[in-house]
Parts: sequence; structure tokens; C-alpha cells
Amino acid sequence: MTDSKYFTTTKKGEIFELKAELNSDKKEKKKEAVKKVIASMTVGKDVSALFPDVVNCMQTDNLELKKLVYLYLMNYAKSQPDMAIMAVNTFVKDCEDPNPLIRALAVRTMGCIRVDKITEYLCEPLRKCLKDEDPYVRKTAAVCVAKLHDINAQLVEDQGFLDTLKDLISDSNPMVVANAVAALSEIAESHPSSNLLDLNPQSINKLLTALNECTEWGQIFILDCLANYMPKDDREAQSICERVTPRLSHANSAVVLSAVKVLMKFMEMLSKDLDYYGTLLKKLAPPLVTLLSAEPELQYVALRNINLIVQKRPEILKHEMKVFFVKYNDPIYVKLEKLDIMIRLASQANIAQVLAELKEYATEVDVDFVRKAVRAIGRCAIKVEQSAERCVSTLLDLIQTKVNYVVQEAIVVIKDIFRKYPNKYESVIATLCENLDSLDEPEARAAMIWIVGEYAERIDNADELLESFLEGFHDESTQVQLQLLTAIVKLFLKKPTETQELVQQVLSLATQDSDNPDLRDRGYIYWRLLSTDPVAAKEVVLAEKPLISEETDLIEPTLLDELICYIGTLASVYHKPPSAFVEGGRGVVHKSLPPRTASSESTESPETAPAGAPSGDQPDVIPAQGDLLGDLLNLDLGPPVSAPPLAASSVQMGAVDLLGGGLDSLIGDSNFGAPPAAVTTAAAPARLGAPVSSGLSDLFDLTSGVGTLSGSYVAPKTVWLPAIKAKGLEISGTFTRQVGSISMDLQLTNKALQVMTDFAIQFNRNSFGLAPAAPLQVHAPLSPNQTVELSLPLNTVGSVMKMEPLNNLQVAVKNNIDVFYFSTLYPLHVLFVEDGKMDRQMFLATWKDIPNENEAQFQIRDCPLNTEAASNKLQSSNIFTVAKRSVEGQDMLYQSLKLTNGIWVLAELRIQPGNPSLTLSLKCRAPEVSQHVYQAYETILKN
Amino acid sequence: MSRPSRASNTTKMIHSLFLINCSGDIFLEKHWKSVVSQSVCDYFFEAQEKAADVENVPPVISTPHHYLISIYRDKLFFVSVIQTEVPPLFVIEFLHRVADTFQDYFGECSEAAIKDNVVIVYELLEEMLDNGFPLATESNILKELIKPPTILRSVVNSITGSSNVGDTLPTGQLSNIPWRRAGVKYTNNEAYFDVVEEIDAIIDKSGSTVFAEIQGVIDACIKLSGMPDLSLSFMNPRLLDDVSFHPCIRFKRWESERVLSFIPPDGNFRLISYRVSSQNLVAIPVYVKHSISFKENSSCGRFDITIGPKQNMGKTIEGITVTVHMPKVVLNMNLTPTQGSYTFDPVTKVLAWDVGKITPQKLPSLKGLVNLQSGAPKPEENPSLNIQFKIQQLAISGLKVNRLDMYGEKYKPFKGVKYVTKAGKFQVRT
Repeated sequence: MTDSKYFTTTKKGEIFELKAELNSDKKEKKKEAVKKVIASMTVGKDVSALFPDVVNCMQTDNLELKKLVYLYLMNYAKSQPDMAIMAVNTFVKDCEDPNPLIRALAVRTMGCIRVDKITEYLCEPLRKCLKDEDPYVRKTAAVCVAKLHDINAQLVEDQGFLDTLKDLISDSNPMVVANAVAALSEIAESHPSSNLLDLNPQSINKLLTALNECTEWGQIFILDCLANYMPKDDREAQSICERVTPRLSHANSAVVLSAVKVLMKFMEMLSKDLDYYGTLLKKLAPPLVTLLSAEPELQYVALRNINLIVQKRPEILKHEMKVFFVKYNDPIYVKLEKLDIMIRLASQANIAQVLAELKEYATEVDVDFVRKAVRAIGRCAIKVEQSAERCVSTLLDLIQTKVNYVVQEAIVVIKDIFRKYPNKYESVIATLCENLDSLDEPEARAAMIWIVGEYAERIDNADELLESFLEGFHDESTQVQLQLLTAIVKLFLKKPTETQELVQQVLSLATQDSDNPDLRDRGYIYWRLLSTDPVAAKEVVLAEKPLISEETDLIEPTLLDELICYIGTLASVYHKPPSAFVEGGRGVVHKSLPPRTASSESTESPETAPAGAPSGDQPDVIPAQGDLLGDLLNLDLGPPVSAPPLAASSVQMGAVDLLGGGLDSLIGDSNFGAPPAAVTTAAAPARLGAPVSSGLSDLFDLTSGVGTLSGSYVAPKTVWLPAIKAKGLEISGTFTRQVGSISMDLQLTNKALQVMTDFAIQFNRNSFGLAPAAPLQVHAPLSPNQTVELSLPLNTVGSVMKMEPLNNLQVAVKNNIDVFYFSTLYPLHVLFVEDGKMDRQMFLATWKDIPNENEAQFQIRDCPLNTEAASNKLQSSNIFTVAKRSVEGQDMLYQSLKLTNGIWVLAELRIQPGNPSLTLSLKCRAPEVSQHVYQAYETILKN
Repeated sequence: MSRPSRASNTTKMIHSLFLINCSGDIFLEKHWKSVVSQSVCDYFFEAQEKAADVENVPPVISTPHHYLISIYRDKLFFVSVIQTEVPPLFVIEFLHRVADTFQDYFGECSEAAIKDNVVIVYELLEEMLDNGFPLATESNILKELIKPPTILRSVVNSITGSSNVGDTLPTGQLSNIPWRRAGVKYTNNEAYFDVVEEIDAIIDKSGSTVFAEIQGVIDACIKLSGMPDLSLSFMNPRLLDDVSFHPCIRFKRWESERVLSFIPPDGNFRLISYRVSSQNLVAIPVYVKHSISFKENSSCGRFDITIGPKQNMGKTIEGITVTVHMPKVVLNMNLTPTQGSYTFDPVTKVLAWDVGKITPQKLPSLKGLVNLQSGAPKPEENPSLNIQFKIQQLAISGLKVNRLDMYGEKYKPFKGVKYVTKAGKFQVRT
């Protein structure tokens, strides 16, 4: 008597037969028929034709039959909206049933039916169910609000369901709380700027209480919600951490990982000197390791996350190397991830073990894994200097195996080892050359060619070797061609007498016979260089190369910090922020780690710079793999400085500059016309090094004059509302403050096909009461592809509501097509008023009067300004220097500013000549503005 | 200010679920929202083809409009379709819970069992997930909502027309102890605990331990009436520093007193799992002497392995099996075991030797010749040996239960603790 009988109906007239059975008088027959229908549904057969007959069975006392009909309805209602109406009455009646199970079932099912007409009838029953006496019904209703919001958000707001949902966060039943949180989070996701989940210490406390009592799934929702909270100081962060840590012992791995996320995020706020910080670090290791004994799918996700955690806080797992050792029957996706983490954890202390393992892996069966293991050996050599020799000899052993792909991988990594330790292991070149013929992969060929070119003077037959590659020049990949070109030029510069013919051959191949622009450009550059000034050519081409970094393919620090906020999500599996891949990118908010703000005595650590900003002592990273073209350019043309990759474009220009104007005719002006923005960003970090920036100063002069008028600093316009979100209307803008008046400079572009008219603008209530002082005046209709620029005067007499973040402004713009909404952040300095200079005595008194816990300290990095210049810049944005003092070679500026709403902010800016970092201490009675004032400072000083 | 209304079609979590068997047939689909076409599974099949081995299919696959998160259990793929950012572990855990539930209800999680009970399966899936929010995943709550099939019940149902759907709200659903139902009654009250420890180890060629740890669990079978409140204490609780608990355990008691205090679910459940990793605590009960060699330029090789007891704490090691994935060029093997029997599958190249128990007087060994494909180069890789064994009445970590106390009820239950140690992923490299 099994259900498989439901699958065996006669082919002929199957639907017809079912129809008859569904309409049978016998209850039992009916139920059997519905079961058959469901069975067909499970295998993807279309049984929607039976809709009216199935719906007819809905009114029944038999709960199983009712459930089955509901199942069917959910599947097909969308395709039969008119028929679905027939079900409404039963739903409404069931919502009143004395049995809570039936009430919940009805409200649950109704929410799943995405038919507008049904939705209308859902509101009343839902309202009742949200206040039902039975918690099971309330918790089901909470989820239903999220469903309804997805179908018709407006309706949910109009009906006030959101407020009811917020009230449910204080429900006495932890399951109801958890579901309310889950529903609110889901709704909030589609409204990133809304204050739906208004988290404050009280609501956090409620959540933490519910956390202990609700089911494992509810715990995940609550933890993910907690992770979005920003504790006000380190004490609150610590107390939340303390209450979350027990979740690390949960049997459900998703609970564990969500708890890890909360802890990793809030840890950022704790001082490293705290005992608790150390305790927490120790507590994090065991649960992470435990995740690795779970099912392979769970292991995979855990490993991807551990990869992030290890990069952020290597100390957590530094003693746990062994758990990442690969078992031969691990799935390949687990093996590759483990290997990656092994390298990240490799250190002098454990390198012997790691190498022994890697050597073992290099003889495994799976090709991908073997390759990665070989590469890993090279990475170890680069990372742990003491092991380099052992690594090289291991690699040589592997080359002796003559296994083709092993040899090729080994050569690729040996090239990197040569770069890291020049003039140390060149004795192995002979062995490498023996394997020249077996190389068939571009990367390996390019690596080998690089080695031959770089060490041409030590390889007797370097010219023959390179010549042999030249024969099939046009069949090679670009990577190999570029490398070959450079290598032969190097060879020529080292042994000019014998290789003239060779170099001419390669230059003509590259410039005349190739249609690859990169190759041609590089060919021309070399050609010119060699023909105008061979000495300069030698200096450029044979320049000392920057060292390659120890760690390769590290995630960039700001991205890493963002990803830490997404631990446990798909973003953490793909190592990309959600904005990069979530479909439509709708409403994605960038998350960032909280800054470390100590509750008191903030002076104890000088490291109070907000996280997220890359700290200055981080090593410059040059990816060894990746964009080889950029890498090579950097390598071959770079002036003798350790230039970070982000300077690549300017370095290229630096080289051009060296060549003088002779190249214009060849390359054309277009190459110089790099967008000014790119130049500015490249120039901004002082890391570029003095020699280059002085050489390029004439280029940068172009941009330094742009955009800075007298008066407050004005940021360039950014797109606030992209055209795709506003039916073709694109709005970009910025905020300005000039002689006491604030305005919003807007640029409206019509990217639609119809004319736009009837523009109007409105602001939501905001923290400082910003409001338009005049209507938005667009005089003529905006025709397609037309752009207007206008300036909207603002005042600060609008109604006030505290926003999150403080400087958030929600704007509605209307035109003849629709109403559009966007939100933007205004720089706080537009609110700095002109009479913000405080009297000296007053300043002193106020400074003392404001309690110490209101003081916040920040670092402004990479800002090499002298005291005078800084003071002037700030003054033009209404930050006034009240007094100046010099102590032990440091200049202290005491400054004041006043916001439009009368809040005074007092500042102490410490400038040390020669040190590009400035220290800013802010004191204010409303400490929540400090962060934004600091940002304003940074913007003003850096522009 | 009102906000824009926007009709989007997104679900927080699982949008749809497809069950796929090993030959690539989709034999069940369930949609929690709109219907997603089966064709979305083509991306999965593509990945499966690329992976060659079923176990190597990556668990997260991205497609142009969806993400597919899958698990592989009992020769079946559970493929879920996701549309927005979700925690993948959440999905994977949930899928495993679905598989566990099938196992629990039907005795096995197989295509046949699922097809035989397709209506119950559908009812279960509906009960487990609502709009992406898990509703009820605890076995005892589910069983009150939907009764598991029994031969007797289906006969009775078909005669009386009664159903297998419970029509009252499960009692555990909302209490603070959702894992236990009220009104449990037994004539024989009993509480049994199984301490099961598995040794995961990698032993290198020379016999030294590269890596070893113990994965332990305590599984409980509790049949106690009423609302018993249990306390389980250990002789040496210090061993347990990395523990995962069943939600029923009071974490605070454990933190302060190192006692497991809990109101148990009814029936079988996993109380805790733990990991003992510090190397000196992990005893390695067996050693393997091995010599596997292939001659250069000849079509044969030698194979010789012997197993002996090492740190076995004086207990008998039994149920030993050795599995070896031989290199591809191996055609056949001619071996002689001193005890037990062996098989070699020339297609999968898997050698399996069922050893039985070790008697220290005469150590079991397996030796003989290996035939290689003629002309092929001698294999580069050395096969690893996978060892299975079992030791009764021993927890290799030394963990010992001290006592079990019961509060809240008056009767005297039967109590019992069993220990067993097994090999987990125990590999010897050659």
C-alpha cells in the first residue's frame, strides 16, 4: 500500500479520469484522487487543468485533504487567478477556526498565493492573526507579513502591518520574536535605507534573551540581525560578545558561523590589550575546526569563510595547521580550499610539516590538485625565507619526475622565487633549460622566457633558446609574445654584439606583423628607446625590479573588511561583495566593520584609526598571478621604486615622460588623455614615491586646479539615481556651501525616449532639518538626451528626525512619468556655519566641561600638509583655529566649528612635521556627530 | 513620505527543491513559491559532468538567475534553487535535515522510499519550510503533525478513512522545550547512552602520525515518562573542551560545573559531539607494515601489508577492513591473505580486504603480485590505505561517564552506558 500506485495511472484520459474521481461523492475516493494529483505535481506534470475540481474539495473537515488542496493551490493559483477567488471564502472562514493549527495553515497558505485579488482579502484575517492568542498563529502571521510585503509593499505599509511586526519583537514567545526578526530583516533588505529594524540597546537586549530560547533557525535570524547592529562602545560590544559566545557550541553549523560573524565584527571594537580579547580569540578556534569534521558540503562553505578569517586574524588558527591536511578521499573542492589555507597559515614554525605534506600531494592523481600543490611549494618559498632552499630542491625533485604538468607548474613558481631572491638559486637554470621542449602551456613558456631573458648573461646559448621560440611567434599567446619581446630586448642590452639581428627580427614581428595593439605599442616603445638613447634604454629595461610580496592573491583590505561582515553568506563563498553578483543588485548596502571607539580614556592607543582604511604599514601587494600584462609593464618599465600596482597607469605615463615627446606621433595623443580622475587617484596616495611624483608634477598640475573654488570644499557630482531605476531619469549631484547658504547642485539627464516635465522635489525628515528653500525649477521640458544643471537652495528649518547614518537624506523626485526615491549622504561640512569661531576662554572652559567619554580620536593618514596649509584649508570650510601651540616638535591646532542646529564641536588637531598622519581629537556634547565631522575633516584636508 | 511599492519575486531562502538520482533523473520537485522550470538543473548536470565523480560536484553553483546549493546523500542529490543572498550553511544544514527526516520516517533515504511515500514527503516539505523560514524540523514535532507510515496504519487508514495528518497543534512546538512532547508514558523507563569515538588519522610512510584527532559523540536513547530532568557527569570532563551541544543542554551548568544538565527529547537523539585533538591524547590502536613496489619497465609489482595492534589498551580490535585505491595501470592482483578474504575490482581498481579481528599471536597479512598494464610507465602515485576497525567497550580518549541523576520524576529508570571506538577517516600513506 504505497504511494507509488499514484504514479501508475493509465496514460489514456488520465486527467479525465482524475476529474471524475475528484467529483466523486465518496470522501475517500476524493482524497485518493487529490493524492494522485499531488503525485503528478511532484514530478513536474502539469495538472493545472483540474483546478476547479480540486478547489471544490477544499471545504472539508478532513485536515489532510485540506492540506493537500492547499498544496495544490499554492502551486497553481498564479496561473488561474480568477478561479483562485473561489477559494477566498474558505480561507477567511478557516482563519476563524477554533483550531489554531487551521488558523495558522489558512493564513500561511493565503500568503503564498500571489494573486492580487486574494491579497486584498488577506488583510483582515492577517491583522487578527498577528494578535492571535496562540503564539503558533502569531509566528506564522509574522512570516506572512514578509510574504505580503513581497507581493504588495504599499499595502503592508498602509495597513500598518510593519508597526505590528515591530511590536512582535517584544513578544513573550521567543519563536514569535525570531520570526518577527526574520520577517523584518527580509523586508529591510529591499529597503536598505529604512529604519525598520531600529536596533537600540533595549531591543538588542530582547533579541539576546530570545536567542537563548528559540529554535536553531530562529537563532540564525537573530544572530544575522545582531551583526548589523553598531554597539555604541567597546563595553557594549564586549557584553554582546559574551552573550553570543555560547552559540559557538551549537550543533547546527549555520548557527555557529553566524555567531562567528557577530564576534568577528564586534571584536573590531575591542582593544587588543583587553584580557577578554585574548579569551575570545581562543574561543573562536575550536568551533571553526569542528566545522571541518562535518559533511563535505558544510566543510566547503566553512573553508571559504575560514579563508577570510585567516586573512583578517591569522592568530586565531595559527596552531591548527594540521586540521587542514588533506585526506586523499576528500572531494576535490575541499582539497583545493584546504591547500589555500595551509599556505596562508605557513610560517617558520610549521614549514617543515607543510612542505612534507605538499610534496606528498604533488604525487596525487588529481591534476588540478597536483598543480596547486606545486604552486603552493613556490608560495611557501616566497613566504618563509628560511624554507626557500628546501622548497627549491623539492621543486627540482619534482621536475625530475618529468610529469609534464608538474614541470610546467614548477617552472612558473621558480620564476617567482628568482624574483624574490635574486642571485641566489640561479644554479638551477641549467636544469630548467633541459625541460624547455616539454613546455606547452603559455604561462610556463612565458615564465621560462622571462628566466632566459633575465639571466641572459649567464646562459651561454640564451640567443639560441630565444630564437627557437621566435620561429612560431605568431602562434604564441599574447602573454608569451610580450614576454619574448622583452626578453630579447634584455638579451640585446646585455650582449649587443651577437644579437642585433634577433632584436630587429622580434621588433619587426611585434610592430609590423602583429595586429595586437598591446604588442605593437610595446614594440614601438622599445624600438624608439633603443634607437634614441640606448643608455636610457638600459636603465629602463634592466632596472631593478620591485620585490614581489610575500602573500599572493590576498584580498584587498577594504574588501576583506566588507566580506567579514558577510561571513556565512554567498558573498563569503564567492569572496565578492553582494553588490557584485546578487541579481539586479537591488538595495544592497555596503557593510563595514565598526570603528574602534573606546568608551573612556581614548588616548591609550594610538591605533584608533577606523578600520577599513588600509593601514599604512601593510605591505604593498603585487599580485604574482593575475593580470600579467599589468604585471609585466610594471616589471619592465617601472622606474626604480617599489611602486604599488594601483600606480600602474601613472608609472606607464612616467615612462612615457622619460622618453620625451618623440613618441607622440607613434602613440597618438589619446594615450595621454587618461581621465583626470584616474590620475588623481593614482597621485593621491603618497606611496608613489618622490622621484616619480616630481617627474610627473606637470601632468598632475592639470588636475589640481580643477574643482576647488573659494569657499567650502565641493565634492564632484556623483550619480544619486541611476537611469535604470527611474525610468530613464538620471540624477547626479553634490552639496555646496557658499557664503552662508547651502545648496544642492543637481544635474538631471533624460535618458528615456519621452519628454519629461513637471519636476518637483521633496525631502524626508532628516537629522538636521534640511529642506528645499525653493521649488525645483526646471524651466523647459527636458527632452530625450538633454541634461540640465541647476542649483536648489536649501535651508535647515525642515522637520527633524534622526537618521541612520546621521547624514542620510531621503529624497523624492517627481516628474510627469512617476515618483522616484533615492537617498544620499551629505558631507557634514555644508552645515558648518560661518560664525563657528569660539572665543579662547570659552573654548578652554567648554573643552573641560565636556566629559571625557565624549572624546573621540581619529587618524587622518597620508595627508602631508603643514600646519599653515591645513589651517587655511579648514578655515575656508568654516573650521576655525582658535589657538595654536607647539609641543615637542608637534603642532597642536585647537579648532571649533558650529553646526546649523547650534551644536558646537571642539577639535584638537596634532600635526607632526614629516609625518603624513594627523591625529584628530574631537569633543562634542553630541558625540554621534564626531564620526561625520572626522569624515568632513578628512575630505577637506585631502582635497 | 511613502515608499515605492515594488513587486519582486524573491524568497529569503529555498525557492525550489529537486531530488535527483544517480542516473540524472529528477524524480521529485517542490516549489515554495512560483514554479521554477526543471531546466535550471541543466547547470547542475553540467557541473556534475565536469566533476567526473559524483562526490566532487561543487555544493554551490551559480547560474545566470539562480544559485544551486546541493548536497549528496545516500546516492541522491538534493538540489535547492536560491534566488537571493542567503547563508549557504543554512540551506545545506536544512537539506541534511530533510534527508534525516526521510531516513527517520521511511527507514531509508532512497528514491524508492521517497516515491512510495510521495504524499507524506510533500506534506513534510510543506511543514518544514514556509516562505523560506523553517517551521518545524524537530523529528518529534513533525511526527505529531504527520504520522510516519506503518503497514498497520496504512491498512487501518484505508479501511476507516482516517488520515495520517495530526489535527492538533504539537505540544512541543511552542513551549520553551520544543524538542519534547508532553504526556510521554512508558511502562519500562530507560535511559541509554552510547559513547562513540572515531579516530581520524593520517599516518605517513614511516609509521609516524602526521595528524590525528578523535571525533566523539554521545548518542542517547531515552524512553522516560513525564518531564524528566537529567544530569550526566563525567569522571574526566576536562577532556571535553571542544563540544557541540543538542539545544536541550543548559550551557550555563556546563560552563560552571561541567555537568550535562537537560530535559531530554523523547527517543533517539545526539546529545553532544566533541573533538579531542591534542596529539598525545589520541592513541593509534593499529599499525600497518607495508611494502608496495612497482618495478621499472616490467609489468608487475609486489604488494605486502601486515597489520598489528599498537596502543589498543588491551582490548580486541575487530571488524578490520583495508581498502586501497590502486593506480589506474593496475590490471589485477594475485594475493594471499593469512586470514579473511579480499576482492579486487579491476574496473574501479579498488582492493578490499576484510580482515576480521587481530590475534596477536599471528598477525594478519596480505601479500602477492600486482599485474600492471604492459608498456605503461610505472605509476607515480603511491596508493593510500584506508583502514576500518572497531574496539568494543573502550572510548579511546579515556572519557568515562561518572553518573546519571534524574530529577522531576519519581520512578527509577534503567540506565546504561556503552562505549565503542572506531576508525573514522584513518589513512596510511605508503
